[in-house]
Amino acid sequence: CEDGVHNVTLLRSINNMACVSPREIGTIIYSLGCFPTQADLHDIIAEVEEDHTGCIPLDKFLPAMTKVLLEHKFPPIPEDLLLQAFEVLDKQKKGYLEPEELTKHMTEEGELFTQEEMEEMLTALADHKNNYVYYKDLISQLTIDPDL
Amino acid sequence: MGCGTSVATEPQGKRVEDAWADDTVSPSPALTMKAAVLIQRWYRRYMARLEMRRRYTWNIFQSIEYAGEQDQLQLSSFFSFMLDNFTQLNGNGPDLISQLLDPVVDPWLDRETCYKLIPVPESYTGPRLSFPLSVSDTDALLGAFKEQQTLHARYVLQLLYETKRLLKQMPNIIHLSTSYTNEITICGDLHGRLDDLLLIFYKNGLPSAETPYVFNGDFVDRGKKSIEVVSLLFAYLLLYPDYMHLNRGNHEDHIMNLRYGFTKEVMQKYKTHGREILQLFQDVFSLLPIATVIDGKILIVHGGISDQTDLDFLSSIDRHKVKSAMRFPRRSLEHLDIGHSCKRKRLAAGSRPSSHSKNQRTPNQRRQCGHSRQDSAASTSSSSSSSSSLSSSSSSFCSPRTPSCLSPRPCPSSPSMPYTINVLQVPYLDSLSSVPPPAPPQHDREWKQVVDILWSDPKTQEGCSPNTFRGGGCYFGPDVTRRLLLQHGLQLLIRSHECKQEGYELCHGGQVITIFSASNYYEEGSNRGAYIKVGRELVPRFYQYQVSRTTRKLTLTQRVRAAEGTALKALKEKLFTHRSELLSGLQQYDQNNTGCVSLSEWAQAFESVLRLDLPWRTLRPHLARLAPDGSVDYQSCFEDMEPGIPLPQVTQKLADTLFRYRTDIEIIFNIIDKDHSGLISIEEFRHTWRLFSAHLGVDIDDRAIDDLARSIDFNKDGSIDFTEFLEAFRVVHKLNNKEQQLNGKTAGGK
Repeated sequence: CEDGVHNVTLLRSINNMACVSPREIGTIIYSLGCFPTQADLHDIIAEVEEDHTGCIPLDKFLPAMTKVLLEHKFPPIPEDLLLQAFEVLDKQKKGYLEPEELTKHMTEEGELFTQEEMEEMLTALADHKNNYVYYKDLISQLTIDPDL
Repeated sequence: MGCGTSVATEPQGKRVEDAWADDTVSPSPALTMKAAVLIQRWYRRYMARLEMRRRYTWNIFQSIEYAGEQDQLQLSSFFSFMLDNFTQLNGNGPDLISQLLDPVVDPWLDRETCYKLIPVPESYTGPRLSFPLSVSDTDALLGAFKEQQTLHARYVLQLLYETKRLLKQMPNIIHLSTSYTNEITICGDLHGRLDDLLLIFYKNGLPSAETPYVFNGDFVDRGKKSIEVVSLLFAYLLLYPDYMHLNRGNHEDHIMNLRYGFTKEVMQKYKTHGREILQLFQDVFSLLPIATVIDGKILIVHGGISDQTDLDFLSSIDRHKVKSAMRFPRRSLEHLDIGHSCKRKRLAAGSRPSSHSKNQRTPNQRRQCGHSRQDSAASTSSSSSSSSSLSSSSSSFCSPRTPSCLSPRPCPSSPSMPYTINVLQVPYLDSLSSVPPPAPPQHDREWKQVVDILWSDPKTQEGCSPNTFRGGGCYFGPDVTRRLLLQHGLQLLIRSHECKQEGYELCHGGQVITIFSASNYYEEGSNRGAYIKVGRELVPRFYQYQVSRTTRKLTLTQRVRAAEGTALKALKEKLFTHRSELLSGLQQYDQNNTGCVSLSEWAQAFESVLRLDLPWRTLRPHLARLAPDGSVDYQSCFEDMEPGIPLPQVTQKLADTLFRYRTDIEIIFNIIDKDHSGLISIEEFRHTWRLFSAHLGVDIDDRAIDDLARSIDFNKDGSIDFTEFLEAFRVVHKLNNKEQQLNGKTAGGK
């Protein structure tokens, strides 16, 4: 856990910046194995953002981040739930989702995806021949994380 | 069927909500939303992981690249060393080494006969250029290069000859105006990537009166099509001298070319006339203008600036004289100020003590990667000869102004050098930055000003310090930029020289733009390329692109995975070639020889030996196995790789050195092998190898070298097939090996 934060700061410092941009906080928190909601993320950003320079100094961000990790604030969600989630969306039990189905859910419900995110998701997950999303095969890709 | 009809005409989205069409119970909207949120959250996390991997992959590439440049500096200093110690390595007359390093252009090449006498056979199907060039010639070139054809040597020489004639008439700094032209397009480094150049021409249009271009240097090296790229650029320059502008980059330098591939490409594609072509290239490169200014407001240079940059001075110099950044202007002994005290004049970051400065780190190391050259020299030898390595680096690189280096006796700081060097040490790039000289004579100042322009990098902190990472130029802060722009009434500095993931990057509050035009520079998918268009209102607009080798669009995952794979391979090779030092570093933590150390110790050891500022803990799973108790089994780091063919009997240390400097040794051998036979004599081999190891401070006794030489002389005829020799020292990844054996191919490296 400490190593995780250490790595993150190392990566940030490699880029020769003494700060993180608010946009990157989500990336960092997710990559450390936490699952905040968008609202949670906004809260964290609000907590650490001093001004609107778009630059959050590391010495402010690190303690907040460490706290998140130590308090297990946003615990991970088990993988079998993910499969169930897909199955809920796949009402006809086809074993796959059509891109339009997935798009509708992702962009109209829950924590809405942007157009860009949706396009990237389809590129990443859809079968390149027929464009269907065979979610069963994807579960392992989306959950296996050798580094943590 | 009633339901069927209504289902068939309605859009899909509605269908799944339609209870009639389902034979299962439709889940509640609340549940659907929960499912959606879950998926969204998982997916975002997945993307974040991917982004992290992409970032550290990038960092690996960059760190290794900059570390590699350090090695390259070793090579160039070795050449200087060789040149000064042994100008005639092989018999009578000036040899290729001195020609390559100290180019005195063969007067033959200054006359038209250099190309006119070269016959072009009937069988040649490539483009036949006619001068002065017309659009049909440049079109022919484009077509030919797209078809993978090679331009005949005669036309290459003619092209270079005409380009040289044109460039001689040009000033050092070109002034352009947007009032006569449409928007000007500015491109950055291309590095021999023909695909990127063609993509730019396709997207933006060919050079013409309507589409003027500025290409900001680094046309050659690294990529495989440097000749094609530079031929096109020169052809368009000749065709439209008013609308096509080229700036010199730090790779338009014959010594850089030796190391980074351009020389090799030329020699391979032009076996008969390669050397003349290279000579003419050297000449043309040093004649390229060094800066372009648009509307008196936008300054375009390849690298950057320093706090000493003086544009008026730069306009006045003879740029042709600065042949290479690696070759400090040679001065004869009479001109040296022997006994002149070093006035502590502030050159860059302030005064430092003389030769020992090079053994300390300078402040403001970029990215905290304190990989200064002398440290790399120190790390090349094991602890047993560390004193000699440190001293060899300082002895080789004394400035001529420090008295100790002027004595004909061996430098006192190198007692254990196997050879006594009874000559004047050649001043090295570092020495100029670290040792403030007395008021610099004209040609020193010229050299430094040009090198600053070609090699400097911007940094976020204020001030100006020597760019020890690159070994030349400076790191310049926002205050330096502000001052220079103000001084000359400029508003923007556009430069290249550094690869950026998005193809461009702004810094210094928007006063500096970096533009880089070689996409996928490190690996497929590693970065975009970009170009800038600027019109009369002088507001830059950015256009990005990325060359894709496959027709099927790769997903981000695939691209990241591919890039990561390549980066990790490169990193592992580094581990392998530093094996002895890594092991001795690790064994310091493992006194009981258990073969394991803690994760922190492992990371610490790697960081300090390799001096690559990487997230070692994150990378550990890719590099080493864990023991059952959670500690790191460090021997597992080296399991994955092996030499290309069974190694001759050599010590670990010698093997490591050979692995590490394989490319450099290859270059040296190629230079010595004048007739491109692939063979050099045992004597030459011994000679060269002794020099190299003396220079590096690697303690190798004569017998080891002799044994090595004899063991490789398979034919026992006194000559060595150095290709085979080098094959033994190519790092091969075992997995590749197995795969290739399965495919029936012979084992080979990258």
